[in-house]
Amino acid sequence: MNGTIALFLAQDGIINGAIYALVGVTLVLVFAVTRVIFVPQGEFIAWAALTVAALEAGTVPGTAWLLLVLGIATAALEVVREGRRLTIRRVATMLGFDLALPAGLLLAVIWLAPLKLGLAFNAAMTLALLIPMGPLLYRLAFQPLADASVLVLLIASIGVHFALVGLGLVFFGAEGVRTTPLLSGTFPAGPLVVKWQSIGVLVVTVLVLIGLYAFFERTMMGKALRATAVNRLGARLVGIPVASTGRIAFALAAAIGAVSGILIGSLTTIYYDSGFLIGLKGFVAAIIAGLHSYPLTALAALLVGLLESYSAFFASAFKEVIVFSIILPVLIWRSLASGPHHDEDEEA
Amino acid sequence: MSGPILSVANLSVSYGRVEAVRNVSLEIAEGSIVTVIGANGAGKTTLMNAIMGVLPSTGDITLDGKLLGRSLVEERVNTGLCLVPEKRELFSTMSVEDNLRLGAYRFGSGAVADGFRDVFARFPRLEERRRQEAGTLSGGERQMLAMGRALMSKPRLLMLDEPSLGLAPLIVKEIFHIVTDLSKAGVSILVVEQNARAALQVADHAYVMELGAFTMNGPAAALAADKGVIESYLGLGGGKHN
Amino acid sequence: MSARLKSWLPRVVAILAIAIFPLIPGVPEFWVTLAGYIGLSSLVAIGLVLLTGVGGMTSFGQAAFVGFGAYTSAVLTTKFGLSPWATLPFALLSTGLMALLIGVVTAKLSGHYLPLGTIAWGISFFYMFGNIEALGRYDGISGLPAFSIGGTSLISARAVFYPIWISVLIAVVLSENLLDSRMGRAVRALRGGSVAAESFGVDTARAKLVIFVYAALLAGLAGWLYAHVQRSVSPSPFGINAGIEYLLMAVLGGSGYVVGGVLGATIVTVLKDQLQNILPKLIGTGGNFESIVFGILMVAVLQLARQGLWPFILALLPRPADKTINASAPALSHRQAPDRGAPLLSVDKARKEFGGLVAVNDVSFTVKGGEIVGLIGPNGAGKSTLFNLLTGVLGATSGEVRYRGERIDGMPARDIAKQGIARTFQHVKLVASMSVLENVAIGAHLRTRPGVVSSMLRLDRGEEARMLAEAARQLQRVGLGEHLHKPAGSLALGQQRIAEIARALCLDPALLLLDEPAAGLRFNEKQQLAGLLSRLRADGMTILLVEHDMDFVMRLTDHIVVLVFGTKIAEGTPAAIATNPQVLEAYLGGVE
Repeated sequence: MNGTIALFLAQDGIINGAIYALVGVTLVLVFAVTRVIFVPQGEFIAWAALTVAALEAGTVPGTAWLLLVLGIATAALEVVREGRRLTIRRVATMLGFDLALPAGLLLAVIWLAPLKLGLAFNAAMTLALLIPMGPLLYRLAFQPLADASVLVLLIASIGVHFALVGLGLVFFGAEGVRTTPLLSGTFPAGPLVVKWQSIGVLVVTVLVLIGLYAFFERTMMGKALRATAVNRLGARLVGIPVASTGRIAFALAAAIGAVSGILIGSLTTIYYDSGFLIGLKGFVAAIIAGLHSYPLTALAALLVGLLESYSAFFASAFKEVIVFSIILPVLIWRSLASGPHHDEDEEA
Repeated sequence: MSGPILSVANLSVSYGRVEAVRNVSLEIAEGSIVTVIGANGAGKTTLMNAIMGVLPSTGDITLDGKLLGRSLVEERVNTGLCLVPEKRELFSTMSVEDNLRLGAYRFGSGAVADGFRDVFARFPRLEERRRQEAGTLSGGERQMLAMGRALMSKPRLLMLDEPSLGLAPLIVKEIFHIVTDLSKAGVSILVVEQNARAALQVADHAYVMELGAFTMNGPAAALAADKGVIESYLGLGGGKHN
Repeated sequence: MSARLKSWLPRVVAILAIAIFPLIPGVPEFWVTLAGYIGLSSLVAIGLVLLTGVGGMTSFGQAAFVGFGAYTSAVLTTKFGLSPWATLPFALLSTGLMALLIGVVTAKLSGHYLPLGTIAWGISFFYMFGNIEALGRYDGISGLPAFSIGGTSLISARAVFYPIWISVLIAVVLSENLLDSRMGRAVRALRGGSVAAESFGVDTARAKLVIFVYAALLAGLAGWLYAHVQRSVSPSPFGINAGIEYLLMAVLGGSGYVVGGVLGATIVTVLKDQLQNILPKLIGTGGNFESIVFGILMVAVLQLARQGLWPFILALLPRPADKTINASAPALSHRQAPDRGAPLLSVDKARKEFGGLVAVNDVSFTVKGGEIVGLIGPNGAGKSTLFNLLTGVLGATSGEVRYRGERIDGMPARDIAKQGIARTFQHVKLVASMSVLENVAIGAHLRTRPGVVSSMLRLDRGEEARMLAEAARQLQRVGLGEHLHKPAGSLALGQQRIAEIARALCLDPALLLLDEPAAGLRFNEKQQLAGLLSRLRADGMTILLVEHDMDFVMRLTDHIVVLVFGTKIAEGTPAAIATNPQVLEAYLGGVE
C-alpha cells in the first residue's frame, strides 16, 4: 500500500464514517427520548435511496404505497385500541395525518413522477414520503410499549426491523440501485481526486450535528424531549405531551435517515436490505460512545468508517467480521471501567 | 368566596378488579386549603392521580365549572391544575434551572424569566443551586424544586401528595409555611398527608379517607379535635411537635 | 398428595403423546421431520427463556452458538473421522468457551449491552463461517455421518426423532430443577435488581454468566444434533435472522416458562413452514416474506401478552402444589451472637466526598452487641450516604469501618454479607412475582453451598429443605407465617418491609442494618414493627437503623447518633438527645 492508496482509503472511510455518524447520533437521539434502540434506522436510509432511484426512473416508488399502508394500519389499530376514548380532534388528526396525507402524497407522486422533475424535486419528495413514516412506526410499534424496559423495547425494535426488511422486499423488489449524485464533478487535492458529493456528505453531517446540539440545548422543545427521556411521569405532570415527544424523535430519525439515504445512494449500490448493515455500523459507533454522547458517537463513527475501509483493503473477506468484532474490546473496556452495580431499576 | 374551584362527584378508580377509590365526592372552595388524611394505602395518591388524569377514573371532575371528562394530563395542566407527586418526579440529570424552565412548558420560553423571579423569591435555596443537577439535591431541596416547578405553571389548583414524606421536621415546617403563603396568594390547594397533625394545622377543610372512601369530613379544626381522628391518625402524643 | 399427582398428570400425558407420535400409523414422514426441527429449536428456545424471561438478559446471537456446535462436530467427524457421539463434549466445550468469553465481557454491564454484543457477534460469526476455507466457505461442509446405534444408522426422520426429543426432555427437567434451587433463586432475584441480591451474597455477575453459558450450551447441543440430522452444515441457518427467530420463539411461547420455549418453537416452526408455502404465491415472487409476519408477531406479543402464550395454557392446567416445608429438616449452622455490650461495629472518622462536597465528615461512633442504635438527622444530613458506606454500596474516601475488629470499609456488599451483616432497603426490593418464602430463602444463600450442577441433578434436596425450613421459620418469627406461598407483590407495603427483615434474618446476621424501616407505615404497623425489633434485641440481635420518625426512634433505641450536614453533632441515650439543646436547635428548629 502506498501513500496515495492510504489517502484514498482514508477518503472513503471518512465519507462512510460520516454516514455512520448520522445513523449513530440518530440512535442516540431516539434512545435518549424513547429508550428505544432503533435498529431499523438503516431501513429509512435504504428506502430513501430506493425512493430517489425510482423517482429518477420516473416510476412511483414503493415508499408511496408503503406510507399509505402504514397510515391505514396505524389509524385502524388506534381506533381498535382507543375505541370510545377517541375525541373528535383525534379522529380529525388521524384522518388528516394517517390517511389524507399519505393518499395525497401517493396521488401527487403518481402524477409528478413520470415528469422527472429533477434532483431537487426527488430529494424533497423523498423527505416528504419518509418523514411521516417515523411517527407512524412509533405509534404502531413503540407507543403502546412506552412503559416497558429497554430490553423489551429492543426486542420490539428487532421485530420491527424484521417486518420492515420483508416489506422492503415486497415493495422494492430484490434489485439494487445507484442514484445520480446531487453534486457532480470532482476536484484535485494533492494526489487525490475528491468528489464534490463527498464534501457535500461531510458538510451535511456537520450541519445536522450542529442543528441537533442547538435543538436540545437551546430550545424548550428540545429540553422537553430530554426531560421526557429522564422522567416520563414528571414530563406529563408539567404538561409535556409525552406521546408527541416520541413522535417528534421518530420524525427526526426518519428525516435524518432520509437525508443519509439521499446522500449515500450515489456512493454505493443500495438493495432493499442494505440498511441493516449500515444501521448496525452506526450502531457500533453509538455503543462505543455509550449511547449517550453525540460528539463521541460521531468520532467513533469516523473510526468505524476508517476501520472498514482499511480492512476492506487488507482482508476484504473479513471486513464485516473485523468491523463488528471491535465491539468486543469496547465492551471489555466498558465492563472494566464500570462498577459492580449498574442495572439497578432496569427492570420495572 | 365564589363557587368551588374543583368539585369531584362519585369518583371511582379501579386497578383490575380492585376498586382503589370508591364513589368519592369532594369540593374545594377557591383560595382554600383542603386536606385528605388517611393511612397508607387508603387511596389518597390514587385519588390525586385520578384528578390529574394520570389514572383513568369514572365519575365527574369539574374544574372552574368545566367538566374535565377524559381530557389528557397536559390539557389539565393547561387549565391550571398541577400535581406535585409523592416521589417528586424531577428531571434528575438536568439542572435545577432547566427543571424549573420546563415547569413553564405550557407558556413557552416567554414566561420563564417571570416565573424564575417568583420561584426564587419563595425558595432562595433553589437560586443558589440553579446550575446544579436536580439529582444531587437533598430531600428537602428536591421537594422545594418540585413545588417550584409546579409554581412555574402558575396553577390555580395545586395538589401536593405527601409533601412531608421523608423530610425532617424543620423542613416540614418550612414547606407548610410556604403552602400557607401560596394559599394567601390566591392558589387553591389540595394536600394529601399522612402527617395528619401538620396537615390539619394548615388546612381549612379536611376529609378522612379509609379503604378508598371518605368516612368523615368537616372543618380541619373540628377534625383535629375529634376523638376518633386523634386516636387513629394523630398518634399518642398528639401535637407534641410544632 | 393427590394435588401433587394432579399437577404431574399433564406432563405425563404430554410426554407419552410425544413418545408415540412417530409411531402412529399414517402420520406423514414430513410431519415427523417437522417435529424433529421443533425439538431442535426447542432446545435453543429453552435457553433463551432462562436468559430473557428469568434472568432479564437476552441474546440475538443464539443461532451462532448453534453453528458453533454444528461446525465443531462437522469438522471433527469429516476431517478427523470421529464418531458423531464422540464429538458431543467438544461441541459443548467450544460453544461453552465462546459463551464464557462473550459473557465475561458483558455480564457486568446493564441489560441491553449483552443483546447488542450478541447482534455484533452473530453477524461476525456468520461472515466468519462463510469465509473460512477449512469450513467450506458459504457452501459449508456436507457428507456428515449420521448418528448410529449398534451399527444401525439413524437416518430417517422417525429414527432421529427420539435422540432429539429425549434431549429436549432432559433440557426441560434440568432447567426446571435449576430454577427451583438456590442458584435458580439467585438468577430470578436479578429481576429485583442486583443490589439486593448482592447484599445477600449472590455474585450477580456470576449468576448472569452461568445462565448465559447454560443457554449457549443448549444451543450448542441443538447444533450438534442438527449437524448429524441434516448431515451437512452451511452458514445461513446460523445467521442473525435465525437468531431473531429463536428469540421470537422464546418471547412468543412465554419468556419465563421453560415449557413455553417448546410451545414457542412449535408455533414458529409450523408457522414458518406454512408461510413459506403461502406467501410467495400471494406476493408472486420468492423471498423471505415470513419475516414480515414474524416481525409483526413479535411486536404484537410484546404489546398484548408480555408474558407470552404459555400463561394462557397454564391457567387451564391444575395449579402447582405449594412447596412443602419439612419442619424437621436439620437447622442450618448458626453464628455465635456477639457478647452483649462488647463493641461490634466501630466507625472511625468515616469520610465521603463527592467532588468537592463533603457528604460524611469524619464521623465516628460505635455499635455495641445487643443494642438498637438509631442514626437520625435532618434530610441531607448524610445518613443515607453513611448507610451506604456501611453496606458496601459506596466506598469511603477515608476513615475506617471495623466489624468485630476487622476492616469492612471498601469491601463489596457481598463480602460484608459474609461477615454476618444483613440489611433491608428503604425502597422494598423483593421479587414481586416470586413467593414470599422463596424471596426470604435468598437470605440464606450464603449458608448453603449447592451449585448449578448438583441443583440440576437434584442432589441439593437435603440442603434445599433446610433452606426453605429456615425461611419458613424466620417468616413465622416475624409474624408472616400465614403468607409463605403468596407472591411477595401481593403483600401490603408494611408486610413487605417485615418480609425484608425476615430475609435479612435468614442470613443469620449478628448485625441488622435497617434503612428507614418505618417509612410509609401506619401507626399500628409502626407499633408492631417496634415490638418485633424489641423481641429481636431480646434474642441477642444488634440493630442499627436510620429513621426519620422521632417518636419511633426515641421509644425504641438504646443509643442515638445525630448527624447534621454530614457531621456528628451529638450522641447518647434517647433521653439525653431529647434534651440536647444543640440537637433541638438543628433538628427541630429551636424550642418553641
